[in-house]
Amino acid sequence: MLSHILRRLLVAIPTLILISVFIFGLQKLLPGDPVLALAGEDRDPETLNRLRDLYGLNDPIWVQFLSWAKGVLQGDLGTSIRSGIPVSQMIATKLPVTLQLAAMSMVFAIFIGIPAGIISAVRKGTKLDYAANVVALSGLSIPNFWLGIMLILIVSVKFHLLPASGYVPPTEDFWLSMKTMIMPAFVLGTGLAASLMRHTRSSMLTVMRQDYVRTARAKGLREPIVILRHAFRNALTPVVTLIALLFGELIAGAVLTEQVFTIPGFGKMIVDAVFSRDYAVVQGVVLVTAIGFIIMNLLADLAYVLLNPRLRGR
Amino acid sequence: MTNAVKATEDAILAKRPESRAWRKFRSHKSAIFGSVVVGTFAAIAIAAPVLPIPSPAATDWGAVRLAPSLAHPLGTDEIGRDIMSRMIWGARASLMAGVVSVAIAMVIGVPLGILAGYMRGWVDAMISRCTEALLAIPFLILAIALAAFLGPSLTNAMIAIGIAATPLFVRLARGQAINIAAEDYVESAHAIGLSTPKILLRYIFPNVLPPVLVQSTLTIASAIIAEASLSFLGLGQQPPDPSWGAMLNTAKNFMAQAPWMALWPGVAIYLVVLGFNLLGDGLRDALDPREE
Repeated sequence: MLSHILRRLLVAIPTLILISVFIFGLQKLLPGDPVLALAGEDRDPETLNRLRDLYGLNDPIWVQFLSWAKGVLQGDLGTSIRSGIPVSQMIATKLPVTLQLAAMSMVFAIFIGIPAGIISAVRKGTKLDYAANVVALSGLSIPNFWLGIMLILIVSVKFHLLPASGYVPPTEDFWLSMKTMIMPAFVLGTGLAASLMRHTRSSMLTVMRQDYVRTARAKGLREPIVILRHAFRNALTPVVTLIALLFGELIAGAVLTEQVFTIPGFGKMIVDAVFSRDYAVVQGVVLVTAIGFIIMNLLADLAYVLLNPRLRGR
Repeated sequence: MTNAVKATEDAILAKRPESRAWRKFRSHKSAIFGSVVVGTFAAIAIAAPVLPIPSPAATDWGAVRLAPSLAHPLGTDEIGRDIMSRMIWGARASLMAGVVSVAIAMVIGVPLGILAGYMRGWVDAMISRCTEALLAIPFLILAIALAAFLGPSLTNAMIAIGIAATPLFVRLARGQAINIAAEDYVESAHAIGLSTPKILLRYIFPNVLPPVLVQSTLTIASAIIAEASLSFLGLGQQPPDPSWGAMLNTAKNFMAQAPWMALWPGVAIYLVVLGFNLLGDGLRDALDPREE
């Protein structure tokens, strides 16, 4: 087990190095001179040069990369060229907002997607199954930012039930925080619920063809017990893996959801950074996202081994 | 006698995989529905220049934010442009973005994947590590980062989405090529002395194609959403050129005054994406030899 984890960690290293080279290279190709934007009206070449020296922009590119990579390894992602705040600090304040959004969306997705998938598989071929599939495919086809706009239109603008935008930390006012976050979480959760439903359904269908399910039925066990204890428990493994792998989709979806609901999170930060050509912030966000994705992959892998007793001995 | 031969021939032809796939596809109601939706949007997009509609850029300050009426079936926007006309021209942007970006991803990804899967060794290792690295960055985040560095425009959004989708095709083609390279007919082609490029082109490539076709249909759906997302964020189609995502971006500011501005682009994106998803699902079922 331990050697399995270590092996996976080792494989992640070259991937991380490639990602960092890629992210660093991307920044060097961004259009526009960050120093020009920073200097504002002052186009004095002397000032510009001093600023370039200050940010190390006059060094050879590989020196810039190495000093950046060294900083990253020490948790230093550079400084926002706009606000002067360290990127790691910005991420630390923005990330919890997005994590709250992500966690709430995931709860939605799990509580809608998994039961729907089970019912759909158990009632395969019925109208209910057909309807669930249509709804799931629609959930995958609706752009979530549009769903957000429509919900704001109906829930906030027309009926004044929930706030249309903004963010309140749960530590400040828990219920108000839930109230502002419930709509964005639902919007972000629909696509995930659809993915989960489709995967749960197909995983359940595979498992229910297995001999042990037939044996359980033959023993005279009641159908709910057969489905939940024998079939579902085994169908769950690939679904848990999928939940971890949906992380990337969750972050990407958060970018748009946060934009629609004006939530000051991680996703909104990258969009703002792109528009203000804040290189360090874009790099930091992409790098942190990639690291998060790799960690989630590792966890998915571990969960797979833990949930599957046949693999545990390895 | 000739009739008997003809009948046998027909029977053999009927058993060919293509016709079997086609039969399965035809019996797939939702796939047919998907094809009709996609076909309709494609026809509208192609016919846009000859349709009797007002110019999508023509402003009319006397007709600002009008609700749907006979003169403007879908209403007008914040500077009095006809929304139906902008929707129709926007279909061009969306469909083109979907098709072109997936074409870019296929043209780069499939050869790389085949090469990695057939050659194995260090070629495979290099291509695979790069693919994994790119796959670790979520599709849309990668597209946003690339679109940002290329500068905001529809062309650049298509390139960004295409590059972001490339690893999907590399991975798929690689896995497929590995399987096919192990087949007896490839080994015999090798044994009779066919050169590697000939084997790749004549034996590996055609067999990699069916799953790639399914994947490309489903990826067009994602690419259309990605283009709408980038345009919604202001990184895709630039004003005044119409695009569904950009229309939603503007509509967001007039939700209370002109809700119809936000309605139509979303419905259109939903329908087109649903169409491609249904088409892709249908193709997968039709081309999957296991489900006999």
